[in-house]
Amino acid sequence: MTGRGCDLHQSPAESLTSDSKHGSSMASSSSSSSAQQRLRIIAGHLQKRPEDENASVAAQECKAEAPRSEPSSATPVPRRRQEIMKWNGWGYSDSRFLFNKKGQAEFTGKRYRLSGLILPSLKDWFEGTFGANLQHRSPATPSLNLSAVAPPNLNQPFVEDLKAAGLTVSHDPEDRVFRAHGHCLHEVFALREGRIGRVPDTVVWPSCHSDVEKIVELACEHNVCLIPYGGGTSVSSALECPREESRSIVSLDTSQMSRILWIDEKNLTAHVEAGIIGQDLERQLNERGFCTGHEPDSMEFSSLGGWVATRASGMKKNIYGNIEDLVVHIKMVTPRGVIEKSCLGPRMSTGPDIHHFILGSEGTLGVVTEVTLKIRPIPEYQKYGSVVFPNFQQGVACLREVARQRCAPASIRLMDNEQFQFGYRSQFKGFDPQHLCVATLLFEGDRGKVLQHEKQVYDIAAKFGGLAAGEDNGQRGYMLTFVIAYLRDLGMDYYVIGESFETSVPWDRVLDLCRNVKERIVRECKERGVQFPPLSTSRVTQTYDAGACVYFYFAFNYRGLSDPVHVYEQVEHAAREEILANGGSLSHHHGVGKLRKEWMKESVSGVGLGMLKSVKEYVDPQNIFGNRNLL
Amino acid sequence: MASRALYSVSVLQHFCMLSDKILHACNTCSVNLSLLPSFNIFFRGNIKHISCPVSSESGDSTECVAEEASLILDEMAHRLQLSTVRFFVFTLSKAFKRLFRSVCVNEEGIQRLQQAVQEHPVVLLPSHRSYMDFLMMSYLLYMYDLPLPVIAAGMDFMSMKFVGEMLRMSGAFFIRRSFGGDKLYWAVFSEYVKTMLRNGYAPIEFFLEGTRSRTCKSLTPKTGLLNIVMEPFFKGELFDVNLVPVSISYERILEESLYARELLGIPKPKESTSGLLKARRVLSEDYGSMYVYFGHPVSVRSLTEGKITRSQYNLLPRCIPQKPSADTHEFLNDAAFRLVRIQEENMVLKPWVLIATLLLQNPDGMDLSSLAEQTDWLRHLALAFGAYLDWPDHEACSEVISCSLALHRHLLSVSAGHVQLSVTDAPQVESTPEEAVFHQAVVVLSCASYRNQILHVFLRPALLAVAMQSANSNRKDDVYNCFNFLRNMFSNEFILCPGDSVQDFEEACYLLMKRGVLQVLEHEIVMSASGHSTLAFLSSVLDPFLQGYQVVSRYLCEETNENLTEKEFIPAVRNFALKLILAGRLKCYEALSSDLQKNALAAFLRLKAVRKVKVGDQVTLKVNKIAVNSLEDTLGKSDVTSHQNSWCSSMAMFEIAI
Repeated sequence: MTGRGCDLHQSPAESLTSDSKHGSSMASSSSSSSAQQRLRIIAGHLQKRPEDENASVAAQECKAEAPRSEPSSATPVPRRRQEIMKWNGWGYSDSRFLFNKKGQAEFTGKRYRLSGLILPSLKDWFEGTFGANLQHRSPATPSLNLSAVAPPNLNQPFVEDLKAAGLTVSHDPEDRVFRAHGHCLHEVFALREGRIGRVPDTVVWPSCHSDVEKIVELACEHNVCLIPYGGGTSVSSALECPREESRSIVSLDTSQMSRILWIDEKNLTAHVEAGIIGQDLERQLNERGFCTGHEPDSMEFSSLGGWVATRASGMKKNIYGNIEDLVVHIKMVTPRGVIEKSCLGPRMSTGPDIHHFILGSEGTLGVVTEVTLKIRPIPEYQKYGSVVFPNFQQGVACLREVARQRCAPASIRLMDNEQFQFGYRSQFKGFDPQHLCVATLLFEGDRGKVLQHEKQVYDIAAKFGGLAAGEDNGQRGYMLTFVIAYLRDLGMDYYVIGESFETSVPWDRVLDLCRNVKERIVRECKERGVQFPPLSTSRVTQTYDAGACVYFYFAFNYRGLSDPVHVYEQVEHAAREEILANGGSLSHHHGVGKLRKEWMKESVSGVGLGMLKSVKEYVDPQNIFGNRNLL
Repeated sequence: MASRALYSVSVLQHFCMLSDKILHACNTCSVNLSLLPSFNIFFRGNIKHISCPVSSESGDSTECVAEEASLILDEMAHRLQLSTVRFFVFTLSKAFKRLFRSVCVNEEGIQRLQQAVQEHPVVLLPSHRSYMDFLMMSYLLYMYDLPLPVIAAGMDFMSMKFVGEMLRMSGAFFIRRSFGGDKLYWAVFSEYVKTMLRNGYAPIEFFLEGTRSRTCKSLTPKTGLLNIVMEPFFKGELFDVNLVPVSISYERILEESLYARELLGIPKPKESTSGLLKARRVLSEDYGSMYVYFGHPVSVRSLTEGKITRSQYNLLPRCIPQKPSADTHEFLNDAAFRLVRIQEENMVLKPWVLIATLLLQNPDGMDLSSLAEQTDWLRHLALAFGAYLDWPDHEACSEVISCSLALHRHLLSVSAGHVQLSVTDAPQVESTPEEAVFHQAVVVLSCASYRNQILHVFLRPALLAVAMQSANSNRKDDVYNCFNFLRNMFSNEFILCPGDSVQDFEEACYLLMKRGVLQVLEHEIVMSASGHSTLAFLSSVLDPFLQGYQVVSRYLCEETNENLTEKEFIPAVRNFALKLILAGRLKCYEALSSDLQKNALAAFLRLKAVRKVKVGDQVTLKVNKIAVNSLEDTLGKSDVTSHQNSWCSSMAMFEIAI
């Protein structure tokens, strides 16, 4: 569960794009029920004719260009994830940036658009921005040193009962280490140095709701600590094993619970097991002519249960809504039993919505096992777009106007000048290259309406000095989102560390917050002895009626620092203080985890925190779900 | 402290003689100025924002309120014009050359300011001793190619025909002296200042002390404007704001005798152009040198660190003016005091300040030789306490003294090697004894205004010296209690940062210990054998204030009836003091000063020995005579050692009062 929700990593990868998602057209479903067959037929109708597909769905393809290498199956994520994914970095093992012998950057593998390509300008940008040098390498420990992993602290009777119940269990050090972390900088940095802290003692893979019920029941009986694990993309230290935990820690990996249990075309809902990974859910629905439209930047790896547990947000929320708007029904197993609503009504007035105790509970109350989600037919037409603005202020003013007129495209994002300089080398006549910034757009829907919508948005942009800059530039922006996390790994090979974090803020404070936080980061780095000016940039990634979601990317060259991670953490802490002082929220969608716990009381008031604590107290008095997030 | 004194000497050598500088065109200014006409128009567009909240509160229509706001803006706004500035600069440079021998500026301070202006919006906070202050500030900034400030000036300037407009066109904007109740005025004004600050049009300049200090002592700072300039930081609209304290000191103040008369109750003439023309007479006199010291910029961000929770501003739209919360208010007050202390510390002092101090302590005059000897002694004491003294390096002490005496000859009579403060230009015919007292008082108060410039250097050790005299024992805590009592009593009189009591006490102990005056043991403070003269000097520094406060308390106990109104208070105390002087029972002319009398009353009010009661439209003062009496006794202990027993009772009173 742990999902981070999302956008975080996305950005790194923008350039490449996950191919994974939309593009694949291979049907996989093995089920033979007649209903499913019907679905497939319908899906076939809905999808474009083959010759058309290249043209009109091109946009989708670029985003997710490479299908996953093996044909999709009902259980796409192997239990031994380390076989296809990095144990000490982001994403697939076969996909990584490196500087080749000629000093040119390239991206390996075959999965993404950028895969196999040479990126000649990256070196200059990298060296110029960070003062880094390809001669100065800081390579990671090549493989996990098994002796660094403490032997498991097993609760033998519990393990025996699990096995007796027919559940798959592992004590393998690699399995355990893989599930002991998310993707915070300090977590990945420690792995690269071969430092292994407290890791789960056991990993268990339930394959359905009743398996989870059994596990939770046994955990209560034997008093062990359960930590649900979904996609592992947390960026809030939510997956870290609490150091003070003396009980046996069991990582409950939901990846084998990944079936779509039914699709209800009449009501446009789908009932899905919570362990399913975002791209698999979307692909399987696409095969049937549907989609959820929920596309957090981490969707290649994050899970449905994780989205629910962290209140995730998707790139296209303007059309489809955030996770809380998408869920119709949630089933969660808690130490007290199963919590769920009794019907699938679209809205209820039955006291506070119990879903909101579950959404954002970050694995502290139980395991989300099944979710009923809204689905939509795949949109007829998709179109990217981009607008350049003379400066960030004008860009923000434009986004604000778009929000005021409630005509935001499926996605609209505004990058500041520094990000523009990273992602684009283009010149725009009449624009100062030191100030201009770019907004990327994604429209979706009926062809006619999309074109009309597009015109409306470009007309607004023109009022703020914005100039349409083409589909390719827009697409490029979204593609880069999926590779940015891979880029962080490259940086770490050359003494550069970085991270992103997010907030949400009222419209009138967006500019002030961006400026103040960026400047605070620069200043804190200087005061803490960072030798080179850091990269400190921001973007507006979501618009709402009353405000926006703002992202910061922050990275610096740590040569000459004895404890770079500590410096990094101090700077991030200061940046968060600055965000809060400027009217920003503690988190828009990454969640609190353990990383931001200290500000919870300030954020929701003492009474608010007390309410949450009393729920925890009732639902889980033994603290079986003992990851100690949030509260 | 000693090292600071050395440092200060070397800094002075870097001062530059500005009067020799050639006037030249100013690029920075013109760039900045081109923005300004559009500013007022731009700001007018914002009036609607301001008016809405006010109109919904008052029930008036928005249009109505907007119109009113527009009128306020007409009255207030500056109209900075380069041509007017040039004219002013031309005239001023002529005038300054005639008035002053030199104008000294610390150029490294100017460089710091140039740097600060690049980084964040700047607020200039000069000390305020003379009308010259803000003219000189604008003049200097112009000469150094810095952006011209817009200045918050009191409305009384505006009523000066022509000159008001001239000032407006050289960047002044006008504020009413009091607008406590007028929400719209406050809203327009604060938005006006903040908009200028946020857009970085120009540095804002205002006087923390609120008005010119008539006594040359720094005044208790006001926090209203400080809050306005800090609010854009509190609300996240600016990353930081740089506050630059500026200390302006004069070897001889233009308004010297004017101030003294005002303190003695001659009403201040309304500012008028004809008054200024009469002041042309001053152009023919020699006012010595003038010093402008630009202090280190103080970052509001670092000042507030750990003291202000900015998120308290998250829940209201930022355009709605917010009253500062209790902790913000406390912070503002503390910050204002610290800024004024920086002004004090950077104030350049001339030898005359030392001489004036000595002459005031010797009303019967001194021989030149002993004056020279004591001035030299005092000079070393002052340097040891960190005074920023501009003492000519290569001149003999007697030479320095005679120069000073010459510059201030109108306050002195010198005959046969004997110097005495005295009336020199008095009318030949001495009319009444009252008038004679009055003339002498003008001289004493004029002279005191110079001594007051160095009070901040001696203040803490002097409080300790007095505390040691009045404490019952040498025990440290007894002495500290007395020190604390005096500090409280005088906190309207001097700049004493609230809450710094312990720190001040330790500083005083440290300074006197370093001078070999005291030995501070674990539980005791003991005077050294050689310390007597220093302690005696230091307690005499405070003597006029102790006596003055006693006079006020005696008046409150002996003379008042039930119906003393606030308005009658000053004239009545003055009369009371005058009678005492005429009767030969009081030698302290400073007791006649309305400033001292006001401060004393404020202290009694604060200590709840006097209460204000509103009866009809009059405010009357209700005196708790027992409390006042015991405060007086306590004060009296320092010079008259009789009332042995009153100390404890008054300490008890004091604690109750607090």
